Amino acid sequence: MTLNLLALDTSTEHCSVALQANGQLYLRAAVTPREHSQKILGFVDDVLREAGISLQQLDGLVSGIGPGSFTGVRIGVSVAQGLAFSCDLPVYPVDTLQALAQQAIRLDDSTDRVISAIDARMDEVYLATFKNANGLAEQLSAAQMAPLTDLSQQPWWPHLVNNAQKLQGAGTGWAAYASQLDPQQQVSVCEAALLPHAQDMLHIALAAIANGGAAVSAAELQPLYVRNEVAWKKLPGRD
Amino acid sequence: MHVLGIETSCDETGIAIYHTERGLLAHQLYSQVKLHADYGGVVPELASRDHVRKILPLIAAALKQAELKTTDLDGIAYTAGPGLVGALLVGACVGRSMAFGLGIPALGVHHMEGHLLAPMLEDDVPEFPFIALLVSGGHTQLVRVDGIGRYEMLGESIDDAAGEAFDKTAKLMGLDYPGGPRLAAMAATGRPQQYQFPRPMTDRPGLDFSFSGLKTHAANTIAANPSDPQTRADIARAFQDAVVDTLVIKCRRALEQTGLKRLVVAGGVSANVELREKLQQFAAKIGGKVYFPRPAFCTDNGAMIAYAGAQRLRAGELNDLSIITRPRWPLDQLASVSC
Repeated sequence: MTLNLLALDTSTEHCSVALQANGQLYLRAAVTPREHSQKILGFVDDVLREAGISLQQLDGLVSGIGPGSFTGVRIGVSVAQGLAFSCDLPVYPVDTLQALAQQAIRLDDSTDRVISAIDARMDEVYLATFKNANGLAEQLSAAQMAPLTDLSQQPWWPHLVNNAQKLQGAGTGWAAYASQLDPQQQVSVCEAALLPHAQDMLHIALAAIANGGAAVSAAELQPLYVRNEVAWKKLPGRD
Repeated sequence: MHVLGIETSCDETGIAIYHTERGLLAHQLYSQVKLHADYGGVVPELASRDHVRKILPLIAAALKQAELKTTDLDGIAYTAGPGLVGALLVGACVGRSMAFGLGIPALGVHHMEGHLLAPMLEDDVPEFPFIALLVSGGHTQLVRVDGIGRYEMLGESIDDAAGEAFDKTAKLMGLDYPGGPRLAAMAATGRPQQYQFPRPMTDRPGLDFSFSGLKTHAANTIAANPSDPQTRADIARAFQDAVVDTLVIKCRRALEQTGLKRLVVAGGVSANVELREKLQQFAAKIGGKVYFPRPAFCTDNGAMIAYAGAQRLRAGELNDLSIITRPRWPLDQLASVSC
């Protein structure tokens, strides 16, 4: 029996929805920066209608949780919270960096290792590393903020490149800063995998469910910001 | 009709359930005041982050308080503006998506309409038409209200809001954010007429306000005087008297100008005891009446949004699937509702 799952993500410039229903895949996606809140429910409605299934008939939701734009991340998480709470659905959170790595693997299954990097502005990227474990992006190093400097100086670098046949870069961080992050050009940038897609989040969630991965409740679903220190300063003397 | 109201326009997460015949059934509020105090003001990003954490537990608590299930809801109203865009989006996205999931109508509500209708949640309900003084940290407005959605802006602050002037003056005295209520508490022990503060824009016709000069005057007075508690209390008293007098003078003018006798006062500053007393005295003198929400509904809350939303949802208004917030949204652009 296949699960009926709906995935959505608005963490980056990309607004995407993927529905698996009755063994079929239904997709919607658009690059709609600043308009995610106006598009996302329409996309959800579209795929549900196309599949002829209601939200109540789903087995669960998959929500992109970031990192990405703070507002974008919150739009996706808030929409997923509202949908899941109203229909009492379990939610499978998936982060955008893993979704990017999964996309790189989907587009080229000979991919061995992936460094996902999303442009975080302020001269930093959100970054995490993954390996291809039988077609699934498995996390090697946790999501972090990284400056725009040579990644080969990062502590996880030797472990990552060790035995790697094909090292790919995915995400907008690579499009913008490949020369700073990888001055020795050891990473081949996967130009087709720049923005995360709900489709890959769906795939990751299905694999997690197959492996007994636990869902969270609507209220437990929370954003993964990664960047937690921004331009706000406490008054003098406050810790 | 059971309507869930969601308010997340600034630093309070407010959730309530209003029934069009049975009245208010549940009211839950989480204030982020402590979170922002260390920063001396609301940090928008932190406010948004906290709303995402608190909103669903509060909705669950409101449903429990009202002994309802999500499927008992008939409509959802959320604050669509004005307010902080990131904060507004949390309530709007959760509210709109819940309504989609439940197959019920949803509506974005104007925050200030919520405030000016808040006295409708009390037993003694003002009849239309009336004058509303909306006075908070973000707004100081005088509005003629002829019905729901029939608002005529008579005057507003051309710079700082009254509550903002309170908070900024309090900050100058080293009081924690939000200092307005603390300043008012200090003023209670202050002696009258120790310091002379101006009554801005009362010496010329019109119903607009200006409070930034008063704040500057306070800064100069604070700097020129000792910082012992009695002096500080005296300055606080003089400042508060000036703000209250100014508001009372403009309310009197608005009533005289329109020939109306009913005054509604709402928004955070309407909880100010001195303002309440002075307006009540003045209303009694002219044979009029002043209406306030209960103190809990003077500041931001979900009940006023549930109420305002219920009136509009009942009249058939609803939003499509596009979730729209309006950080700036003039009150007099609202459509009227016949009920």
